[in-house]
Amino acid sequence: MMKRDECFKALARHITDEIVIATYSSAMEWNGINPRVLNYYSMGAMGLASSHGLGLAIANPNKRIVILDGDGSLLMNLGSLVTIGAQAPKNLVHFVSNNGCYEANGGHQIPNPKVDFSGLARSAGYKHTYDFSELASFEQQIGHVLGQEGPVFGTLYVEKAQPLKYEYNELYSAARRDAIKAELRRSG
Amino acid sequence: MDARTATKSEQRGAELKGSSVIAAIKQSGVEFVLAVPDIHTSKGLLFPIADDPDLRLIRVCKEDECVGIASGLHYTDRRALMLVQYTGFLYSLNAIRAVAVEYKQPICMMVGLLGHDGSVPPTDSKKYGVRIIEPICDAMGIPHHVINQDSDLAKIKPAIDKAYADSFPVVLLIGRSPS
Repeated sequence: MMKRDECFKALARHITDEIVIATYSSAMEWNGINPRVLNYYSMGAMGLASSHGLGLAIANPNKRIVILDGDGSLLMNLGSLVTIGAQAPKNLVHFVSNNGCYEANGGHQIPNPKVDFSGLARSAGYKHTYDFSELASFEQQIGHVLGQEGPVFGTLYVEKAQPLKYEYNELYSAARRDAIKAELRRSG
Repeated sequence: MDARTATKSEQRGAELKGSSVIAAIKQSGVEFVLAVPDIHTSKGLLFPIADDPDLRLIRVCKEDECVGIASGLHYTDRRALMLVQYTGFLYSLNAIRAVAVEYKQPICMMVGLLGHDGSVPPTDSKKYGVRIIEPICDAMGIPHHVINQDSDLAKIKPAIDKAYADSFPVVLLIGRSPS
């Protein structure tokens, strides 16, 4: 079992000009570790991170799209795995942090903590799927995973984190949205 | 002519051609149609759109996916239209509330009013689910337009252009099943 923040710190070392879509607890933690313009936070409608990511992947075929999903979030939009599998964007990498609970909503258990997200993604049509439960293995392979042709899926088996301070409005402020749009227009 | 001002006899003799709706969608700069099948618009819109080389159809599993996908596309100025049944619109309300309204994203929705024949305004429909759609849009502050007959087609492009200009959602209600 890994700590999510340690995974994200390892991931951050490989992030350059990618668009990173993160949601809820993953968003709060990622924003603290690697604040940058091309962080797109999916807030307000739990579950939609993967769908935002698909739209961004299709619209930006020359950019890598990295989704940092949560297990409770993805369970609310499992159909998006099938939609992404069918559209098969080569530039999409989708991680789910699996801590078995709705961390942003009191830490209650998800309906079935044994769910195999990578198995679901594989059967939905993702080209490559991975499971990581050891940080050393994740650190060693993350560069390779990010370089694979998508859609790529990875389950990160992580511990429940300490309670976070959730400031959703700042994460999805109008200024932040405008900055992402401006940067995407600038970088083409 | 709006559904509310048209006489019943005018509405009965009216027609809504699917090919004309699709032409108006293309004139609006829409490249992507995000859809869950709806028997109300299946023959007149979805089948032809699926075969249309100028539009990319993305089939989704649940309607709220459309809201996220359209938002993601919009960040690079790509225009999309969500094509769903009113039941799917109702299913997606939280996503529409958050992403489209509160975060001010130009989510353009074409909503089939299954069970409605266009002879009366949707708010007078015998179907409860149809009757509540416009009041829900009003409560959420979302502009909405009824597309009942060919004379309504001129509403489509200005409505979509305004949605993108204002970065705010719009709902186009398909009252009569397109031919």
